[in-house]
Amino acid sequence: MSAARRLLRFNPRLLQSRTNKRTAAVTGAAATPPHTSVGNAVLFSGSAQCRRPEGRVTVHFINRDGQKITTSGAEGDSLLDVVVDQKLDIPGYGACEGTLACSTCHLILEQEVYDQLGHIIDEEQDMLDLAYGLTETSRLGCQVCLSRSLEGATVRVPAGLFDMRRADSSGSSSSA
Amino acid sequence: MFIVSASLCAVCCPKVCIVGAGPAGFYTAQHLIKSRQDVEVDIYERLPVPFGLVRFGVAPDHPEVKNVINTFTQTAQHSRCSFYGNVNVGTDVSVKELQQAYHAVVLSYGAEGNRRMGVPGEDLAGVHAAKDFVGWYNGLPDNRKVFGLSTILFFILGQGNVALDVARILLSPMDMLKKTDITQPALDLLAESRIRRVLIVGRRGPMQIACTIKEVREMVNLPDTRPEMVAADFKGIAEAVKEVPRPRKRLTELLLKTALDVPTEKEQEKRSKASRVWGFRFFRSPVEVLPAPDLSRAAAIRLAVNRLEGSGEGASAVPTGEVEDVPCGLVISSIGYKSLPIDPLLPFDSRKAIVPNTMGRVQKTAGVYCSGWLKTGPTGVIGTTMNNSFDTARALLEDMDSGALDVSSAKPGSQGVTPLLEKRGVKPVEFSDWEKIDNEEIKRGVAMGKPREKLLSVDEMLHVART
Repeated sequence: MSAARRLLRFNPRLLQSRTNKRTAAVTGAAATPPHTSVGNAVLFSGSAQCRRPEGRVTVHFINRDGQKITTSGAEGDSLLDVVVDQKLDIPGYGACEGTLACSTCHLILEQEVYDQLGHIIDEEQDMLDLAYGLTETSRLGCQVCLSRSLEGATVRVPAGLFDMRRADSSGSSSSA
Repeated sequence: MFIVSASLCAVCCPKVCIVGAGPAGFYTAQHLIKSRQDVEVDIYERLPVPFGLVRFGVAPDHPEVKNVINTFTQTAQHSRCSFYGNVNVGTDVSVKELQQAYHAVVLSYGAEGNRRMGVPGEDLAGVHAAKDFVGWYNGLPDNRKVFGLSTILFFILGQGNVALDVARILLSPMDMLKKTDITQPALDLLAESRIRRVLIVGRRGPMQIACTIKEVREMVNLPDTRPEMVAADFKGIAEAVKEVPRPRKRLTELLLKTALDVPTEKEQEKRSKASRVWGFRFFRSPVEVLPAPDLSRAAAIRLAVNRLEGSGEGASAVPTGEVEDVPCGLVISSIGYKSLPIDPLLPFDSRKAIVPNTMGRVQKTAGVYCSGWLKTGPTGVIGTTMNNSFDTARALLEDMDSGALDVSSAKPGSQGVTPLLEKRGVKPVEFSDWEKIDNEEIKRGVAMGKPREKLLSVDEMLHVART
């Protein structure tokens, strides 16, 4: 198991700070029903490498339907944390709850923002490989943390499969 | 007054029934319930326990992938959703009876069968389907048969993620496995196993391999193992990889690095100390499983040597005429799951092994839909199934809005089904009953240092559910 993934799963500080949103899979305890609505039930974000200093950062999300949502998160929150905490209506976002086991928190960033974020670990790149509508400035929301330099950034939720539907919906294979 | 309210509710509530409580069923239910405030969804499931392949397919050492259970649990606990486990649609209740009770039926029961290799000797002892092996270590009640793991060399035919999961579970150190929810019988057998070498065989070449990079990286990083590839299999690949899309490029580069690069000092040390070996073998198709002299079990596999015609994802394997006989005691065939028809009155495409449909609407069958692998075939990760299921839910909702699906007259929903089940001696397991099973498994797991210790038989599950 990679160091990043180990950190995501077993960081005790993180588990404590997100007590209300613990995943059953990580702790083995019964799932705590979250206060988000059905269809957007993301509980726990494992953004291990984010620190949590004070200060709010404003970000804009462009949803799949083109709607712009202006919201904010604390410095150090991941973009996945923002979606969960602000209950943004993005169906299926963050299925694996920030543990680098899916690509459903995929977001498209502006070039300048993407460039300043720096190195992307292999495990994130591996999951991005499976993302629909991958671009040169794509990142997983669970791995991008808010900082002052992201103030006012706009991120785009990529189109899902249902926006790229084909007439023949039978037997087209995706990743194994 | 009370009675009038009840019948008004019956008229205005569209009732949808979903067959199969795996990711496809739950994501379809989720989208329906979220999109319309009046839809009620009942999910029927053959087993007493929900979650399908998330519980029985995802490897024990991939618990993060199982986090989706949390969102499914939330859906199941929603006031407009009900779970009915231990109900086998097709034998306990027919699809026609469901169509009479509900405004719409969504078939999401996945793929219970296997693609067969279609070669002589396939049914000899020692030859198994990957699905059955995965079901065994994941505690699927249908797969309780014990596997003999006393051979040193293990062949896996097929190079998708299921094949890699099997290889990884066979070769993982006990220290890692014993902290997962792998079943105790499987753990005990793996601890005693003599397996030292696992070869994962594919018909085509490195650039057609069906698995994804995460799983290959896990093999490369697996403690106490070293990779063993055939350098000649990679001839021309370094050039060809330059022009392909990113996912294929990164995966091929990792394969090239693992197969051909001089390892770092640290990696070399790991390889020299490794007690177990794994490798990919390319351009080989099984043509026969050869029996031992007493004809009781598999003793060797005959492989046809192929060459590639064409390039890229569409390249095909063409036999060269050359064959190889390789002694081995255990063969796992990992060439695909397969959906099965559950009702002769429903259309079924036996060639593709799916329910024929257009955007999730079952052809020639008004009011019946499908989602998940039953709709598109058995490939894709959970995210693929999510999109697939949302798609079907959207088609269903469109049909409700347009009137193509008539929801104006009342339907009894589960009240039209439970009396039939009772008459037939079938007692459904409700979600709160599953929670008893869940708690019991977690409790047993604590004693073993594992996230859960799964109950392994339907009888045991029902016993806990009823107490």
